[in-house]
Amino acid sequence: MIIKQLSVFLENRTGRLTELTGILAEHDINISAFSIADTADYGILRMIVGKPEQAAEVLRNRGFAVKITDVVGMIVPHRPGGLHKALQIISDSNITIDYMYAFASGECKATVVIRADSLENIIRVLQEHEMELLQQGDVYQI
Amino acid sequence: MIWNEHHECMEREELRKLQGERIRAMVERVYFNVPFYRRKLQDMGIEPGDIRTIDDLQKLPFTTKQDLRDNYPFGLFAVPQQEIVRLHASSGTTGKSTVVGYTHNDILMWSEVVARSLTMAGVSGSDIIQVAYGYGLFTGGLGLHYGAEKIGASVIPISGGNTKKQLQLMEDFGSTAIACTPSYAAYLGEALIEEKIDRKNIKLKAGIFGAEPWTEEMRAQIEQLLGLKAYDIYGLSEVIGPGVSMECSCQNGMHIFEDHFIPEIINPETGELLPYGELGELVFTPATKEAMPLLRYRTRDLTRLHAEPCQCGRTLVRMEKCVGRSDDMLIIRGVNVFPSQIESVLLEMNETKPHYLLVVDRENNLDVLEIQVEVEEQFFSDEVKELEELRRRIHANIASLLGLSASIRLVEPGTIERSMGKAQRVLDKRKLT
Repeated sequence: MIIKQLSVFLENRTGRLTELTGILAEHDINISAFSIADTADYGILRMIVGKPEQAAEVLRNRGFAVKITDVVGMIVPHRPGGLHKALQIISDSNITIDYMYAFASGECKATVVIRADSLENIIRVLQEHEMELLQQGDVYQI
Repeated sequence: MIWNEHHECMEREELRKLQGERIRAMVERVYFNVPFYRRKLQDMGIEPGDIRTIDDLQKLPFTTKQDLRDNYPFGLFAVPQQEIVRLHASSGTTGKSTVVGYTHNDILMWSEVVARSLTMAGVSGSDIIQVAYGYGLFTGGLGLHYGAEKIGASVIPISGGNTKKQLQLMEDFGSTAIACTPSYAAYLGEALIEEKIDRKNIKLKAGIFGAEPWTEEMRAQIEQLLGLKAYDIYGLSEVIGPGVSMECSCQNGMHIFEDHFIPEIINPETGELLPYGELGELVFTPATKEAMPLLRYRTRDLTRLHAEPCQCGRTLVRMEKCVGRSDDMLIIRGVNVFPSQIESVLLEMNETKPHYLLVVDRENNLDVLEIQVEVEEQFFSDEVKELEELRRRIHANIASLLGLSASIRLVEPGTIERSMGKAQRVLDKRKLT
């Protein structure tokens, strides 16, 4: 249920992100989802990739500060109110979300990546409501 | 072990007598051989005969770095050219470099004080020492080299840089001691981990580190990384090079080899002599130097001297780690800032490594200080609020120590240039305008 997310510290410098995507391309690592939290001086890049451990290793060797973080991938119907219903379940259970990002995958589904203080709770609550969760093995198929 | 028990453990009174004799002879030499000093002494109405004991030292004029520049290159030499066997020069950050010369006897004396220094660090004839100071115009490499040969150690004259080779020889030759700048030692320690070298294959037991200011926190870090005991060595080329003073195993300050280099602490503003224990500018008179004997050379280094007997048995006065070189000192919005203070704050927090850069600039006629700090992977959080919290903590700690508000910029690991010699800690953009 828990998905491995790759987080990378990036300075705000022209071309720095391109260097990173270049390294991943070189090593045949596919990026399934991608988000950047930005501040004035730096950004934190968060990615779901096919081979997170390998990706972390190659980036580390090229001087990036990398961290693997546990997140949950929640699949919601791609239609009005789909996300709202899922978030309602989470907030009703008093779970705080640290950050999240979402992307539509195909015609009828969207995936939401969530980082929260207690991932176990979130997984339990969502399963109780029969929400679909992303498996690590599914990552390639997004 | 003490290399030269006679001179290192002399009764203070006997030492003062010896210093007096040496000063008297020195003043005679400079009066008759260096026109610059003859004029200076004549202007002050001093004749060689006026200097009889060590107490007369204060009558003599100071020598400054500017005097060395004004007499560039050989104006302060006290012997004819043919007696000079070696020339060193320091890179001049402002203007011309400082040139120093050595006679054959000077080289012997220098080897002697470095031999004493290495012995203090427990290095002996059975050791293999890797001299990773730069060889060349800089005094570090050759200075350590000659002293290490004198004690009969096996010297690897690898010089600075070429980190992979350093590690390879360290492992293959089984180096038991290393001499380099502390920042390079830390760099080597990190490289050791990066190269995944088994620490069991590293035989280092002592490190002799100097030529730039460093902190106790950095010492702990180097000792942990390289698995050795780190000793502080002090020196400056104007006086001789490395080996002016050195830490013994008590690590309670650096013993100054006072039979050769007579120290004083003065008030840097008034030039007035300060008693032992007080903070001031360190001044040296290298009384036995033949090629370039300087009278009361002002080092710009700020420190204290302590004369209480040391447990190691040496009677030589001890100097504290320098608070900073007044050359390194930055004045930011009227506050005196030494890079070493910032380093202490960062290392005490234990959340960063000592890789930082101070960038000083002037915006709207106001000095601004930016401190660039590398984000270490083990402390990297993928949440903005955590990183911002780290920034706030650094900011608050700097502010409480220095009373100065600095902007903290987190940068990627490895982006601050690692130096093979002296670390570049400061980028002062104010000078450019």
